[in-house]
Amino acid sequence: MTTDSTADARLEEQQKQARDRLNAHAVETVQWHFHPSTGSPFWLEKKSELDFDPLTDVKEFDDLKKFPLFEDEWLRGGPIRRWVPKGLDGKPTYVFETGGTTGIPKSRMVIDDFRIDYEMFSETLPDEYFPKGSNWLMLGPSGPRRLRLAVEHLCQFRGGICFCIDLDPRWVVKLIKKGWMEHLEEYKKHCIDQALTVLSAGHDIKCLFTTPKLLESLCTVLEEQGQSFTDTGITGIFSGGTEFTPQWTRFCIEEFFGGPPAESGIYMTPTYGNTLMGLACSKPVTAEEDYKISYYAPQPRAVTEVVDFDDPTQVVAMGETGRVKLTTLTNEFFVPGFLERDEGEREPPFALYPWEGVSGVRPFHGFASQTTVGVY
Amino acid sequence: MLEIPVVRWGKPYQSLEVTDVGHFATGEPIAKVHQANGGIIKRDMRQAQKARDALLEFSCEELIERLGNAGDHYESGTLPIGDGTQTPEEFAYQQSSTTGLPEHMCRANMAKNSFVLKNMRKILDCLTRGLPLDVLSRGWGIEDRGVVVSYQCQSPVLGAVLPSNSPGVHTLWLPAIPLQLGLVLKPGPQEPWTPFRMMAAFVEAGIPPEAFCMYPGEAEPGAALLECCERAMIFGGTPTVERYHGNPKVQAHGPGFSKILLADDVVDDWEQYVDLMAESIYINSGRGCINCSGVWASRHTKEIAAAISERVGPVEARPPEDPEAGLAAFTVPGMAPAVWGMIETDLKEDGVTHMTEQFGERLVEQERCAYLRPMIVHCESPDNEIAKKEYMFPFSTVVECPEEQMLARIGPTLVGSVITKNESLIQAATNATHIDRLNIGAIPTTKLNWLQPHEGSIIDFLFRSRAYQVPDEMLPSN
Repeated sequence: MTTDSTADARLEEQQKQARDRLNAHAVETVQWHFHPSTGSPFWLEKKSELDFDPLTDVKEFDDLKKFPLFEDEWLRGGPIRRWVPKGLDGKPTYVFETGGTTGIPKSRMVIDDFRIDYEMFSETLPDEYFPKGSNWLMLGPSGPRRLRLAVEHLCQFRGGICFCIDLDPRWVVKLIKKGWMEHLEEYKKHCIDQALTVLSAGHDIKCLFTTPKLLESLCTVLEEQGQSFTDTGITGIFSGGTEFTPQWTRFCIEEFFGGPPAESGIYMTPTYGNTLMGLACSKPVTAEEDYKISYYAPQPRAVTEVVDFDDPTQVVAMGETGRVKLTTLTNEFFVPGFLERDEGEREPPFALYPWEGVSGVRPFHGFASQTTVGVY
Repeated sequence: MLEIPVVRWGKPYQSLEVTDVGHFATGEPIAKVHQANGGIIKRDMRQAQKARDALLEFSCEELIERLGNAGDHYESGTLPIGDGTQTPEEFAYQQSSTTGLPEHMCRANMAKNSFVLKNMRKILDCLTRGLPLDVLSRGWGIEDRGVVVSYQCQSPVLGAVLPSNSPGVHTLWLPAIPLQLGLVLKPGPQEPWTPFRMMAAFVEAGIPPEAFCMYPGEAEPGAALLECCERAMIFGGTPTVERYHGNPKVQAHGPGFSKILLADDVVDDWEQYVDLMAESIYINSGRGCINCSGVWASRHTKEIAAAISERVGPVEARPPEDPEAGLAAFTVPGMAPAVWGMIETDLKEDGVTHMTEQFGERLVEQERCAYLRPMIVHCESPDNEIAKKEYMFPFSTVVECPEEQMLARIGPTLVGSVITKNESLIQAATNATHIDRLNIGAIPTTKLNWLQPHEGSIIDFLFRSRAYQVPDEMLPSN
């Protein structure tokens, strides 16, 4: 047997194990959410509208296709308590919101999911660049969003203390819609100024969460001041929240950082996620692969699939383009197939993540032009 | 098929984002165009002074000389473009195939650009009102009459966010190089051809390549360019113009709403001006901001509209390679039907008559593109909604309006051809601040005198006149 075929056989075995775990987890999650003693009022009520019994008819992950697609509009408005599973009654509960530029925002209840998600994510961070015990800077949206608490927990979980600077994306969207571009610029500067102040204050910050756009602004201002990103002392960057393109990643690594991690000592990991799911990690991004960014969901707690634009029950062929479909399976939150506002290409499993991923994530062409995206 | 890179101060840069630009009618791939991200532009612009420094190595006179040669190269040479070369014939074909403009119009635009390059000395002499150009290089100098003057350069480069649909606009940024400012261009997504060929011609003629940046892309690089160039032009619609109104860094070029006014002293002889009116509406497929979109007169308006319709109404959509083709295609899917829909709505208003209807359907939809055939619409009053409209094809209203109300009612007008000998009307038109280029007499709106400024003098945009006092010993001895 050759080395390649050995690796293939191992990957195949890993994939089978991952699939078995996912099937078992899917059944367990459905049992929890639809059992009268543990399920949430929302899903218990929804059960009566279904033409099948989730408790007996869901025997594996693929059976989740029996559910209608999850409509995120269901998350708009209350009461928020209807989403809390009875099995978790009495536990301290958070509510996190998405969007909300106009009208009532979509809200999701959370108890521990964000901590679990980010602790799992922590395992993927290389200690060399994200040293345990080092302090973090969280430069991005806080407010009603999950991100600030999640990043702060990640930092604390790794033994550090997190400095936080807020950016309100709802205000940013309003500024853009009003055409107040000078205000937008000033607001961005206001955030970056605060970041630079914290970074210059001797707090030994080595890790950063920020969005690609804010990272670019931070690097730009540093260079205008005759410094470089290296001078901040930050070695690990976890970035996400807005679209990541290979070209932007390459530009950032080559021009702002001064080269790949081995040369510059700076490591950046793109992520993909939102309040509905956990955090999808990226396969390490390299020049050899033209900075291709492929995301892998934290299975079995969340699954991303790339599905046909017209038939969301069918995944597209490997490498083909389709809409990103999300399934979330935790005992706090159940999302049986939600069509994200994104599209991308279906990616094969590999050793680190022996399940399928998605690359080239970008706004879904069907309504990309109508949506204000990537605002911060 | 050419592969066209991003250019960063003369050096090609291969982006990881590449878009395919195809033939509007056949879908044939014409070019792969590398796309810039905004961050690259912001970073590069910190080196902008180097572009001006490279040009300051030459005198304005030397640069003008080289520009003349560049005109020859542009018009006749085989030039390196991206990973290949391009003859003038290939240029016309490629530009036509992605913009929808007929090939003969592309060739005519080449000649126009070349003419401007070859006549740059005269153009700059007029735009500066005879100022010695070394005053602009040095920042100050002494006029012939012995007065110290200072013109301070406001930016080391001129940026421009260029359109896809109007190759005629490129003449506006050409003076930057002889004025010793670098050029930072974001070509229109369908029209990388003129900027890249022009840069190639400049370099061939000995202009330093480090004076040029080319950033093809969509909206993001355009916004970045406008943000970080101290002086930049943008071409767009009314919202674009409104957005940048009052921003001293940005010169926004929008719709022209150019008009012909037939005054009462000439209107009874309107038949003499039908050719002029038709030419102003129809030439260059009506795409330019200088094309006439409104003919205003106090009487005979129905007859005038009918006569113009006779001239332009029968024009058919023809293939781009046809030397008789007079119409450019709408290459963006859905745009022509959308425009037609807007017009149809306006046509329903009382007092509005579609005068070209008898010459057949105006909207011509083909497999991959569409055309709108010339339209003339009669308006009984300036109050008709359609009297305020302008579209990207040969389209004009003929509006009935008493002479004494005309100037007050025409609205913003890039080119106003006021046909009259009435001194008081001439004076009123001269004083009307909403008319930019004023033609007195029978001059088509589309006939530009290159020695005149266009939408403000580029000299005033790029240089600031200011006080500058020096001790007597710095003045030349009398």
